[in-house]
Amino acid sequence: MELWYTDKHTEDVRFSVKVKRQLASHKSEIQQIDILDTCGFGRVLVLDGELMITEKDEFIYHEMLTHVPMAVHPNVETVLVVGGGDGGTVRELAKYPSIREIDLVEADKEVVTLSSIHLPFTACKLRDPRVRLHFEDGLRFVRGKKDAYDLIIVDCPDPYGPAEGLFTREFYGNCCNALKEDGILINQHESPFYAAHQTSVKNAHAHIAIEFPVSTVYQCHIPSYPSGHWLFGFASLKYDPVRDLDAARWNALGIAARYYNTDLHRGAFALPNYVKELLNR
Amino acid sequence: MPGHKGGRMNPELPEYYGRLCMSLDVNSMKPLDNLGHPVGVIRDAQALAAEAFGADHAFFMVNGTTSAVQTMIWTTCGRGEKIIMPRNVHRSAINALVINGAIPVYVNPGRNARLGIPLGMGVEDVQRAIEQHPDAKAILVNNPTYYGVCSDLETIVSIAHAAGMKVLADEAHGTHFYFSDRLPVSGMAAGCDMAAVSLHKTGGSLTQSSILLSRNTVNPDYVRQMITLTQSTSANYLLLSSLDLARRHLHFHGREVYEKTIAFAEYAREEINRLGGYYAFGPEICNGDTCFAFDLTKLSVHTRDIGQAGIEVYDLLRDDYGIQIEFGDVGNILAIISAGDRRMDVERLISALAEIKRLHRKDPVGLFDHEYIDPDVAMTPEAAFVAQKETVPLRASLGRVAGEFVMSYPPGIPILAPGERVTPDILEHIEFTKAKGCFMTGPLDMALNNLQVVVS
Ligand SMILES: Cc1ncc(COP(=O)(O)O)c(C=O)c1O
Repeated sequence: MELWYTDKHTEDVRFSVKVKRQLASHKSEIQQIDILDTCGFGRVLVLDGELMITEKDEFIYHEMLTHVPMAVHPNVETVLVVGGGDGGTVRELAKYPSIREIDLVEADKEVVTLSSIHLPFTACKLRDPRVRLHFEDGLRFVRGKKDAYDLIIVDCPDPYGPAEGLFTREFYGNCCNALKEDGILINQHESPFYAAHQTSVKNAHAHIAIEFPVSTVYQCHIPSYPSGHWLFGFASLKYDPVRDLDAARWNALGIAARYYNTDLHRGAFALPNYVKELLNR
Repeated sequence: MPGHKGGRMNPELPEYYGRLCMSLDVNSMKPLDNLGHPVGVIRDAQALAAEAFGADHAFFMVNGTTSAVQTMIWTTCGRGEKIIMPRNVHRSAINALVINGAIPVYVNPGRNARLGIPLGMGVEDVQRAIEQHPDAKAILVNNPTYYGVCSDLETIVSIAHAAGMKVLADEAHGTHFYFSDRLPVSGMAAGCDMAAVSLHKTGGSLTQSSILLSRNTVNPDYVRQMITLTQSTSANYLLLSSLDLARRHLHFHGREVYEKTIAFAEYAREEINRLGGYYAFGPEICNGDTCFAFDLTKLSVHTRDIGQAGIEVYDLLRDDYGIQIEFGDVGNILAIISAGDRRMDVERLISALAEIKRLHRKDPVGLFDHEYIDPDVAMTPEAAFVAQKETVPLRASLGRVAGEFVMSYPPGIPILAPGERVTPDILEHIEFTKAKGCFMTGPLDMALNNLQVVVS
């Protein structure tokens, strides 16, 4: 017998992976959490039926969320991660000695609990002494902060479920208020490829552009995500992501990365025409 | 059978609405009973509704709570007879008087000075009105007002009944009172003779459906006759069945539904008050009289202290944040929270208010600070409405008797009603409300540059 997990990329396009066994299946107050061990992609975290991360390609996603802003901002000490209960983003951040405090705000405590048991490759740094875990709603946490962070990373699922609030103008505005005056906001920005997701890409970009003087997107390739072509948002009150890249400083840190490097950094901001059109429309 | 014959006449109908919806749109079939003369399934459904709401009789209404309010008034007061009511009634109540020629005796609802909102009727004021107008036939009470404020209904019922007057409750915003111990007393439980209950507002039925409740102190057959005066003979079964479904859901799950609603509203109040600048008011505004009880499910927020009129915050929420709330007036916004909301919707509203304060905060000076204006009633609403009238520019109406309504909608409470004299206060209020972008309704001139006044 073969057991397959299928992620619906759109109504008409699906992505399937063969399952060795199911490691966890749990209904939390917020969502259905499943963790699978698969043949091609290793361990996979699934929330409400949707693929979140896989052991095989999560490094691409998490490295691109963190190293891009870290190579631009000269001195990041305080970081807020919204979502990211699997711990992957925190794992990358923990590589920087300059960072003093990492607040991780995850609405669903059970995601952290189950990740700690079954996804040690991402959850490994959640017990770092610099990390503080907050199990509450992201919107609620952020609106109470002012001038508090050098970097905010929004590491959340698609806007079609509990994370919808993290794609709104009020949330980005609250983030702007929570950042220091030279702070950077990075967000998971969906895929521009399928028509079904284009509205959220466009709206998210429009909302961020209202609140931040510098606002653009960058891209990478994540094989298990819809279309593979993925975007992140870079927004800042001060820094330009390419002009203010300090490659020498970042390379001198000697941080181990499997996907990110400072040449790729520049290239990631060079966008295909259809993406430019989508954002400017 | 409607002419579309189950949608076969125009395939776009079933395509758009779905087959089930079309199959419910039927009419004039014996087994489906007749709303104007219910002897079968509608009678049974109404009996179940009466039981669920603790009434002796229930009438399904398909023309909104407007028709329920009108029926209550027409059933109890005729031409030239008096009805005691607070001035902050919904337009449907005064409209009922325009049509049947009954005479309003207005009781000044108290006012909360800080919030600039009208409250309920004080018991002593009602007592005085009863003594001055012992011939009045009925008293109409908002239970609650749009803002969630309740009068001391049980005491009002007892003094009214002692004087031989009927008590009518406008419960357009009070459906939930019937299904919780933590909310103000419901009209039927307080002993009212009739109550108009907007199931479509907080009870979960389809828009325009409503229920009229009555006790055996009024003749139910006479009520039915009054209803049929203006009711369509082709009542829509989507509306009717939604009333039955809503009644069923409330009967079995109403308590948990409203517990959840109360929890949402209390959480939102606490968080909004923590933001500073806003005042999300709650039961602490109770004063034992004109605000005897407060509806905990209401989320009203006073916005004046951030220098923004409620209507401005209402517009910003919709235009900049895609959040639609119920209404904004001069000093407040009102959001209707329901169990249909998700936690995230509540969080979004709070966060958007935080943003509006951060980006739009101004000095509060210069905001008009009162909502209630004591009316100077020169003629009955009906006499003014049917009198010979002339159109004059708004400013020139000062001192004249209005021949038509002016209100901002929502909430649809008249600033000026037919028969009332136009005072400087009223003109100022109209102009301010207009300038702030409220939706002004009522007058012949939809732009409200002119007003119809009675020819003297
Ligand atoms: C107090 C009050 N009574 C009656 C009504 C009329 O209800 P409907 O719109 O269902 O006709 C309303 C509606 O806004 C109202 O607020």
